Amino acid sequence: MNRAHKFDVIVVGAGGAGLMAARYAAQHPGVSVAVISKLYPTRSHTGAAQGGVGAALGNVSEDHPEWHAFDTIKGGDYLTDQDVAERFAVEVIEAVYELEHMGLPFNRTPEGKIAQRKFGGHTREFGKSAVERACYAADRTGHMILQTLYQQSIKDRVNFFNEFHVLDMIMEGGACHGVVAYELATGDIHTFHAKATIIATGGNGRMFRVTSNAHALTGDLMSIAYRRGLPIEDPEFYQFHPTGLYKLGVLLTEGARGEGAILRNGDGERFMERYAPTIKDLAPRDMVSRAMYLEIREGRGAGPDKDYIHLDLTHIDAHVIETRLPDITEFSRIYLGVDPIKELVPIQPTAHYAMGGIPTTIDTQVISDGQNTIVPGLYAAGEVACASIHGANRLGTNSLGDLIVFGRRAGIEAAKFAASEGFTELPAGVQDRTRELIDGVRKGKRKERVSHLRRELQDTMQDYASVFRTEEFLSQQVEILRDLQERYECVGVEDEGHKFNTELLEAIELGFLLDNAEQLVHAALNRQESRGAHSREDFKERDDATWLKHTLVYKDGDGVRIDYKPVTLGKYEPKPRTY
Amino acid sequence: MQINVKIKRYNPEADARPYWAEYKLEARGSDRVLDVINHLKWEVDGTLAFRRSCAHGICGSDAMLINGVNRLACKVLVKDLGERITIEPIRGLPVLKDLIVDMEPFFDSYKAVLPFFINDDPPPPGERYQSAEDRAVFDETTKCILCAACTTSCPVFWTNGRYLGPAAIVNAHRFIFDSRDQGAAERLGVLNQANGLWRCRTAYNCTEACPRDIPITRAIEEVKRALLWRGA
Ligand SMILES: Cc1cc2nc3c(=O)[nH]c(=O)nc-3n(C[C@H](O)[C@H](O)[C@H](O)COP(=O)(O)OP(=O)(O)OC[C@H]3O[C@@H](n4cnc5c(N)ncnc54)[C@H](O)[C@@H]3O)c2cc1C
Ligand code: FES
Repeated sequence: MNRAHKFDVIVVGAGGAGLMAARYAAQHPGVSVAVISKLYPTRSHTGAAQGGVGAALGNVSEDHPEWHAFDTIKGGDYLTDQDVAERFAVEVIEAVYELEHMGLPFNRTPEGKIAQRKFGGHTREFGKSAVERACYAADRTGHMILQTLYQQSIKDRVNFFNEFHVLDMIMEGGACHGVVAYELATGDIHTFHAKATIIATGGNGRMFRVTSNAHALTGDLMSIAYRRGLPIEDPEFYQFHPTGLYKLGVLLTEGARGEGAILRNGDGERFMERYAPTIKDLAPRDMVSRAMYLEIREGRGAGPDKDYIHLDLTHIDAHVIETRLPDITEFSRIYLGVDPIKELVPIQPTAHYAMGGIPTTIDTQVISDGQNTIVPGLYAAGEVACASIHGANRLGTNSLGDLIVFGRRAGIEAAKFAASEGFTELPAGVQDRTRELIDGVRKGKRKERVSHLRRELQDTMQDYASVFRTEEFLSQQVEILRDLQERYECVGVEDEGHKFNTELLEAIELGFLLDNAEQLVHAALNRQESRGAHSREDFKERDDATWLKHTLVYKDGDGVRIDYKPVTLGKYEPKPRTY
Repeated sequence: MQINVKIKRYNPEADARPYWAEYKLEARGSDRVLDVINHLKWEVDGTLAFRRSCAHGICGSDAMLINGVNRLACKVLVKDLGERITIEPIRGLPVLKDLIVDMEPFFDSYKAVLPFFINDDPPPPGERYQSAEDRAVFDETTKCILCAACTTSCPVFWTNGRYLGPAAIVNAHRFIFDSRDQGAAERLGVLNQANGLWRCRTAYNCTEACPRDIPITRAIEEVKRALLWRGA
């Protein structure tokens, strides 16, 4: 196979954001597009999303994009860029209709419209009560979005390079000219020369022990961008979803609470009434996860070790559970042997979503500093990106919306850029870094096992840098990460082959994860306040005077450098966040 | 508990043909088979190759022949299998390395049935309406995750790799019975060809293999009936 490729636009990642971007880029006349993905497109983790995509269609009760934008900003604890949230809330309506026009099989209301249900933090009239805003297809909304977009890409004859693992970006003169990728089937290294590159590679939840994220979510491009000198925005804001299956982390959608499920502590008490009197169990995720931790810490957990919480669906009509929540019912039955129709389900918070990521403008152009300096030819969308719509805490259903709104935007913008630019000559030795990276692992000393280092990383991140944080623990974690980085130099692989060397890639992914953890922990240690998902026990209050700003973390030799970027404010003054 | 795992191994760069490797290890009843093979890969033999991602039966990466039945390694627990576990690649697709097979022929059959929404009328400004009843008709077949467990459990497919197979028919069903779609005639035309629908001998293996509990044989029967009534 030819190992040098040239396309006007390259999309890295074939989840919801990548497929949407590819579709729109390809609609630009005369623009050639290819999608590179380390997984077959339909294996992407967008397929795991369950509960719904939020849009103010008003199909069940009155709703408006202004209310959605406000909820998003308040949910993000005012770190959300307000211009981005406002545009998002309007465009997501159009984007949801468009998915329906592509055939997406949403559930339906009795009149035949797209069905909608309640979700955490989504309210009517600026916080009065919960509103039905989540458009859903049972509890497999992400599966239906991913399938529908993949189906369209077959119709549109999109070019795919499946099971191609991107290991480097081609950067020259401050601009991006494509990527270098490793072909899993053969071990060959390919150069993809592009005028515009769109990064849509999803999250990095595998740095924690208990996570809803797939094995493949190792933050590869967040690390590659960082190694290439670009900043990562707001990595300290990492979301823990309240309802992961106990010990496994497999997600049970918030849609369950949208349908009426209740959280109960070990005493059977509906404890959320104490923490969020108005919307109770449907408070935003950061608040619910913290409340669960506190209940457990104060001895009110459930189970023999009092270390989990119960999700109670037993009062909900069995038919509603079977038709609207079939998948999560099955997960609970299979993995825990618990039938949610009759029994309480043991749950605990699970590492779920990166609010931060590669910083972009509202038009998905990647930026390299706090002055919004654009990196020509580089775009990012989806979970890997930070526009920032989710601020310090994402509301449920706003990620799927983010994928379709900003995936589309990235496709349009990248194609427009590519159509107006010529190809520049590639620098000499474009594959050098990639070869070094691979050889480093192949020839490694094998004194350390990848799986052991990864386990240590996940355990310590969970214990020292998850829902509650302190200076003491974060400083400790900085040291632990330094030690892990050092020991990582001594990993190696047994598999010396070239075909399907998945061991080699797991080792490289661990290196990426370590960078992601470093970004998160340094930013968390630096931010001396509590806001959204970042909760410091030694700085319990939000401090707008000093900290109403985005973090930018840069790699600086063996350490990090931290800079800031202003938050775009607007209509909504930062207020205390109560529900 | 102690378990005994037999895996059919094959490294194209070293082995002339596949062979059986045996491993003894400690596992818990609640472990997924995926946890078991991950453990082998991480602690015992790094060269063991298989696909996986989501680890909870959603992405369709890890269909394997486990104790003689096609299933997802991440969706079957050790306690449901007992202490002897045999794992082989799914059948009927070329084996590339250990438990990894070439999925391209499978995806080619899928693509042949035009698995995308076809409706050339200009869309309304809002959504197209569809009644909850019309939506329910094809609900089951929207669950497919393209894992190939069904197609590679089909005896007709084993002997004739060009047979489109149950997964492709399931995905055709998903659109043929969607009241909003207009491409049924075209799809039925594809399915009416020599390696299409009529090859199905109703062996039921596919239905039993489906990790998403899609009633595949029934869906195939419904498509057959549609073909007889509507013609192609
Ligand atoms: C269990 C679960 C349930 C969720 N439910 C909801 C919900 O109900 N509503 C909601 O709004 N959000 C939900 N979310 C969040 C949302 O699903 C994700 O944030 C979103 O799907 C991410 O999409 P993406 O396109 O950015 O990335 P992904 O879908 O993760 O895709 C990433 C792509 O990048 C590719 N890739 C990665 N690295 C490389 C590399 N190095 N080289 C080449 N390719 C690469 C992968 O192959 C993949 O194709 C949920 C998340 C989880 C985990
Ligand atoms: S790993 Fe995704 S289905 Fe098993």
